Amino acid sequence: MSEKVQNIKTTVDALALNKPIQEENELTTLNLGPTHPATHGIFQNVLQMDGDKIVSGEQTVGYIHRAFEKIAERRPFYQITTLTDRMNYCSSPINNFGWHMTVEKLLNIEVPKRAQYIRVIMMELARISDHLVCNSILAVDSGAYSGFLYVFQEREKIYEIYEEVCGARLTTNMGRVGGMERDLSPTALAKIKDLIYNTLPKVLAEFERLMNRNRIFIDRTVNVGSITPERAMEYGFTGPNLRAAGVDYDVRVMEPYSSYQDFEFDIPVGHNGDTYDRYMVRSAEMWESIKIIRQAFENLPEGPYYANEEHYYLPPKQEVYRSMEALIYHFKIIMGEIEAPIGEVYHAVEGGNGELGFYLISDGGRTPYRLHFRRPSFIYYQAYPEMCKGLTISDAVMIMSSLNVIAGELDA
Amino acid sequence: MISNQEIVEDLAAHFGENVLEFEEPNGLLTFTTYPSALIDVMTYLRDNDRLRFKFLTDVTAVHYPDSEGKEFCSVYHMHSFENGIRLRIKVFVSKEKPEVPTATGIFAAANWMEREAYDFYGVIYTGHPNLKRILNMEDMDYHPLRKEYPLEDATREDKIDALFGR
Repeated sequence: MSEKVQNIKTTVDALALNKPIQEENELTTLNLGPTHPATHGIFQNVLQMDGDKIVSGEQTVGYIHRAFEKIAERRPFYQITTLTDRMNYCSSPINNFGWHMTVEKLLNIEVPKRAQYIRVIMMELARISDHLVCNSILAVDSGAYSGFLYVFQEREKIYEIYEEVCGARLTTNMGRVGGMERDLSPTALAKIKDLIYNTLPKVLAEFERLMNRNRIFIDRTVNVGSITPERAMEYGFTGPNLRAAGVDYDVRVMEPYSSYQDFEFDIPVGHNGDTYDRYMVRSAEMWESIKIIRQAFENLPEGPYYANEEHYYLPPKQEVYRSMEALIYHFKIIMGEIEAPIGEVYHAVEGGNGELGFYLISDGGRTPYRLHFRRPSFIYYQAYPEMCKGLTISDAVMIMSSLNVIAGELDA
Repeated sequence: MISNQEIVEDLAAHFGENVLEFEEPNGLLTFTTYPSALIDVMTYLRDNDRLRFKFLTDVTAVHYPDSEGKEFCSVYHMHSFENGIRLRIKVFVSKEKPEVPTATGIFAAANWMEREAYDFYGVIYTGHPNLKRILNMEDMDYHPLRKEYPLEDATREDKIDALFGR
């Protein structure tokens, strides 16, 4: 008879004989996920519970493993965008441009100013979309479903802008090595203008009125899952989760890429590193993103939206129909016949979740020799058991939500 | 602020022949060290008041099957926020003894990143508190990102690599 069955039998016997049950400090093993709605993705938490207190926990993250790093070793640089866009699917333009910037660094390509500004607009829209999802789902986890419904309309509008810019909504392959796939159309510009000047600020303000001073929300988030700045650094936290702990590290400011040095914006930081601070930092960052998009929108430079690099930039389709050279280079790039120089690059961008790094080793072939993604979500969850210790399951759900689970990034 | 040259001089003065092959691919200071010196070098980089490399950005591995005696490389990216500078450390080990000491004692961040590198490449991080697979099944007996495992069936003859950009 197994130990567990023996214990149950003893308890049943004791009840039947009306004997006092011997108090034991036995821990309960609880599986939260992998398909529980509160886990937000394919992600398993095995928690050791003493009553309703979490004593320890262990995570299993490999339920969605797609072997992107291995697949990338067999793909030309041009085809890898389909992999990167699917890592953080809530803010895929950041992944997309991050990868293109890595290749541009390797090839030493200078991207025209207009393309850089368009990239900034798209990346900041992606950050807003990512933070909207994170904060609104946090609201759902605390029981405020209405907040989620308010802001999802705005996310939908951002997706419509993506659709106008590149034809896709979720896996938005809108960049190219050397610039953008196409220029912003008048419709796209009008939609961006409407979003950043009219609808989005109103909705954000409304959402903040609903949540920021909401008694239930504050009770559920303040001093829940706190992490000190030192510990957050040791665990490799970056992005909003590190800034919530009080460290003002932002890749956009420390190592500006894509003209971020041209824009004025603040880095919001928290004090306690708790769930409420993570929410507030994301909330404030959305306002900063609006600030950046407005500056980029108002000062959008004229000129080409792609670099004059015929060996690497996919020629516009109309030129392919007209020019023999364009047709040849289109064919060579699509078939992956163009070799990259030997080199080693690490390029980091400020993703929706934190520092998204691309480590690329090229041996001079047509595909990367090795490509490694530094995924911020993967790194946060090492700290998750420590952050949950001594709290309850409902707190664990809120902490997970505030760290922002993107399963595609946990497990690339 | 501190320059790559100053870091090189500082490390060379402290660790002598234990740090070698300094280079700057795309401006990022890169050097090699031995497994025996790795933890000392990382601890020095972290604790030195001037260098202050207090952030371990990334740990991963690379497989070089043709490089005899140095088949596996464990790569570390460190970052000094105060100085706004990054560097890369490489440690080469052989396939017979792919052992590198764990960095979990100095950076909690190394835990999952080393497990991932072990999972994909079979690099053994000695002293790791929980060195088991993180993304694959525990009963897998191979490490899938090694170069000897092709993505497609190697016996197929109907697909010519050159036509698929490989």
